Amino acid sequence: MKIAVLVKQVPGGDSPLRISDDQLWVKEEHINFITNESDSYAVEEALQLKENLGEGEVVAVSLGPDRTQRTIREALSKGADRGIHIEESYPYASDPLQIARTFASALEGEKFDLILTGLQSDDFGFGQVGVLLGEMLGMSTATLVIATELADGKIKVKRELESGWFQWVNLDLPASISIQSGINTPRYPSLKGIMGAKKKELKQVTADSSDEAKQSISKVYIPQKVKRTEIIEGTVDQQVERLVDVLKKDLRII
Amino acid sequence: MSILVGVEENNGTVHRMSWEALAGAQAVGRDLGLPVSVVLMGEDVSGLANSFQSKDVQEILTVENTLLGGYSADGFSSALSQVIEAESPKYVLMGHTYMVRDFLPRVSAKLRIPFLADNIDYSVNEGSLVLSKQVFAGKLVADTILNSDGPCIISFQSASFQEEDVTEGSGAAARAVSVSLEESAIHSTSGDPFQEAAGAVDLSSAEVIVSVGRGIGKEENLPMVKDLAQAMGAEVASSRPVVDAGWLEPYHQIGSSGQTVAPKLYLALGISGAIQHVVGMKGSKNIILINKDPEAPLFELADYGIIGDILEIVPKLTEALLGVKT
Repeated sequence: MKIAVLVKQVPGGDSPLRISDDQLWVKEEHINFITNESDSYAVEEALQLKENLGEGEVVAVSLGPDRTQRTIREALSKGADRGIHIEESYPYASDPLQIARTFASALEGEKFDLILTGLQSDDFGFGQVGVLLGEMLGMSTATLVIATELADGKIKVKRELESGWFQWVNLDLPASISIQSGINTPRYPSLKGIMGAKKKELKQVTADSSDEAKQSISKVYIPQKVKRTEIIEGTVDQQVERLVDVLKKDLRII
Repeated sequence: MSILVGVEENNGTVHRMSWEALAGAQAVGRDLGLPVSVVLMGEDVSGLANSFQSKDVQEILTVENTLLGGYSADGFSSALSQVIEAESPKYVLMGHTYMVRDFLPRVSAKLRIPFLADNIDYSVNEGSLVLSKQVFAGKLVADTILNSDGPCIISFQSASFQEEDVTEGSGAAARAVSVSLEESAIHSTSGDPFQEAAGAVDLSSAEVIVSVGRGIGKEENLPMVKDLAQAMGAEVASSRPVVDAGWLEPYHQIGSSGQTVAPKLYLALGISGAIQHVVGMKGSKNIILINKDPEAPLFELADYGIIGDILEIVPKLTEALLGVKT
């Protein structure tokens, strides 16, 4: 079983977000870049599928600038067998169709049985690339997956539907599946894993940019405030006192 | 035909977000001078089609095929692609549901047309549509433009438009559109949708909800939240990360994959306010947020906010409330 897992490096949730001068992205100098949360679950799922089968290969693939290699190395240190870094320079692609085409041209020769992605990235969050890629490579697709089982040359996945409903779907292989967070407990890399990762293959390829972007982000900005918010200031005791007042007199909750 | 709204079925009726998408399409149509039609796909969509007869739509397209009796990404993406090729709409609009996330990118890839997904609003700039979506977990907004005049697909986030704003019309005509689907081209089989064992709490009827997010830090800190909820006579709810970590059962979760609530008070503790959470609670009458991150997007929706550490504030608030009550 040959499994590709797509990982993306995104700004960590605690990073301050300041809009870049061209208004198309954020200023990177104060950002702590991390592996996209749902992608970590996808990596873990790929590793568990391989371990349960007792055979196979997990390849971590990422599109991004040089710093992205750290995210690929992280997957390698957890147990992925090799990495592919598709190099991209600023301004980053903001058309999911173009991004998927880039992955497709880098991966089509590899003949993967399974492609796993996180359901959505925490930056632009298109939430489409795994499905687009599946279609481009002639694979079956499923999204928002919170359980997987391999059996009889197929993969059975539990899909999350809306409002607490679920559905089991049996898919032919090859398949491209987007993973919902919470599907498993992502492991931490071991010291041995971190040392071993340095020796693993990390192939760099240049992004194929022959496709023109059909959509573009034209401007990134801070949302306009729609509601008046009373920010309760002061010491903790003063804040608590005011809050009790709000609950009692303004909202009549108590 | 110019704007085509894809209608989704939900438990035998029209999905709420399809009505919202129609309201959005009618607004876009008024701004750009384009007529709006709807398309329904399934094994038998006659009942659903009737729901649109009195609406202000040009045509009701029905696509019926036994292979569309159950949902499959292969079947639905192939059928809608054929409809778009045959009818050449300028825009295809749908609600950004879980089904849309599952199959609409396939249509985009099949036809090589852009899919502008998950938008919250639109504007018109020199006759062209500009779509706005939340990015960076709701902290920022991005405008997206189209680089060509060709057809494109657009989806809107829940509650971007109001169902009540769908305008009435004078009797739209239904027209059957046939598509050709091969059973051998459908590479998946789906089981029936099911719910996990339902929880003991019905959050939708709760008057007061105390909801906890990632800011709680670790499981050991949860009792202080439960104590506060008890002191307030409130139900405990949470955002997704708390459930993913296994600290609360899934039936406590609010948001697109959990419950939708509209209590008198929603007290959010250490919740940042990602859109997936916000769609489940933005109908709350009053929202209070305590979060140490002043940039948490939920502050935008809050009536009252405290920028501070919940671990410090929550125990003191509980203590103060118990003092008030006695």
